[in-house]
Amino acid sequence: MRSETQNLNHLKQGDCTVNLTVNGEQKILQVQPWVSLLDGLRDHLNLTGTKKGCDHGQCGACTIICDDKRILSCLTLAVMKNGSEITTVEGIAHGNELHPIQQAFIDHDAFQCGYCTPGQLCSAIGLIKEGKAQTREEVKELMSGNLCRCGANIGIIDAIMEVKAGGGHE
Amino acid sequence: MNNFEYKQAEDIATAINLISEQDNTKFLAGGTNLLDLWKYNLTNPSGLVDINRIHGLAEIKELSNGGVRLGANFKNADTAYHPIIENKYPLLSKAILAGASAQIRNMASNGGNLLQRTRCYYFYDPDVPCNKRNPGSGCPAKEGYNRIHAILGTSDHCIAVFPSDMCVALAALNALVNVEGAEGKRTIAFADFHRLPGDRPDLDNNLKPGELITSIDLPDKGFAQNYSYLKLRDRHSYAFALVSVATALELDGEMIKDARIALGGVAHKPWRSTEAENFLRGKSANESNFAAAADIILQDAKGYGHNDFKIALAKKAIIRNGLMALNPQSQLPGAKPSA
Repeated sequence: MRSETQNLNHLKQGDCTVNLTVNGEQKILQVQPWVSLLDGLRDHLNLTGTKKGCDHGQCGACTIICDDKRILSCLTLAVMKNGSEITTVEGIAHGNELHPIQQAFIDHDAFQCGYCTPGQLCSAIGLIKEGKAQTREEVKELMSGNLCRCGANIGIIDAIMEVKAGGGHE
Repeated sequence: MNNFEYKQAEDIATAINLISEQDNTKFLAGGTNLLDLWKYNLTNPSGLVDINRIHGLAEIKELSNGGVRLGANFKNADTAYHPIIENKYPLLSKAILAGASAQIRNMASNGGNLLQRTRCYYFYDPDVPCNKRNPGSGCPAKEGYNRIHAILGTSDHCIAVFPSDMCVALAALNALVNVEGAEGKRTIAFADFHRLPGDRPDLDNNLKPGELITSIDLPDKGFAQNYSYLKLRDRHSYAFALVSVATALELDGEMIKDARIALGGVAHKPWRSTEAENFLRGKSANESNFAAAADIILQDAKGYGHNDFKIALAKKAIIRNGLMALNPQSQLPGAKPSA
């Protein structure tokens, strides 16, 4: 038993290599298998726009877009996503031109402290891309995974409704 | 989290071999529940076998018997929004969309949905006794704060509830669970997949160690005409059920030809009552018959203090959901009263 454990510890020494395309750039992560995608982005790639809120999948602050789908980076291991294409809040604007959802958040006062905002933005982009929410009620329901403790939710929903109405896909 | 050995399996046979090679190794699919539990130090695998790249597990396909096979790695969101599921099994679609959040549904696999662990506060607190987490240590929930706990099928050892919404619909639809292990393949009826706590609350289900869920089969009968999923909870969205009900009816005019009623949030497994469903067959689909069926379902219900309200709530939910099933368009997302 003991020798098995030692053997296992030996095997654990090596980092895993994870190839990612992050915001259009090729990145190679050398991480231990237990490193979450969230920690990989923040601590290893220095992309600190994505926030660690609860770290348990309850708040949505860590939402990113992975292979065109919004997911929680805190409940994802970096190693699971080898070969994936990732967009974080740092990658949604085109140069100095804000993404329509970013401009709409400003126009509708859709944040106060801003901590949940990167997750809200990525989640909103995912929601619009999914195309399942038509009514305001449906947008609220499909944004329920992103909490805002400042209570900016009405502005957030207003912003999303405006971008949807403008046909804002990108 | 402790460190661990990470391995990827490209096919089912390799996955099963890898899991048997080393003690305390787990399969990794969506990871949404596993990583959460791990971060709370409630599970500490020494190895993970990532099954996400196994070819053929992330598919949905129609079967020659008229049913549909859901691959274990097919995502919850993809399942709920798939045209076949939306059209033929709308009850399943509604139930999936009542659970978790959009992000988690994009991540969570169908197989993993069946293997969620309870959200009992005492199970989640490693500093207190819990027979599910630490067999023989006791169950503080029985005399503690048990507002979210079970009213049906409990034991002296555990009153935890199973948290899935998807599984409540799968129970109502008589789904089958296909599994594969070192000893070969087998198929488990949905009613036999999860178990009641009895004196082994540490066991959530009847899966054998090392067995992998490969797919879930839906029988031909989808109850697409008359169905409803009602989920009652403390907030309008993104919360676990206090009581949920999946109702599926086959009607001949006003007469009930076939009825399925499954409850979530009230027991250690999705709860069905053959007696109540038999009672409804041949009866008119109306409030008084749904109330009588609810009384049969809840005849042995037992509250533990804080959760006593669930018995009355479940009765009302069964009645209301029966009536909503007569007009599925009256359902709204979440628990808001129908218009």
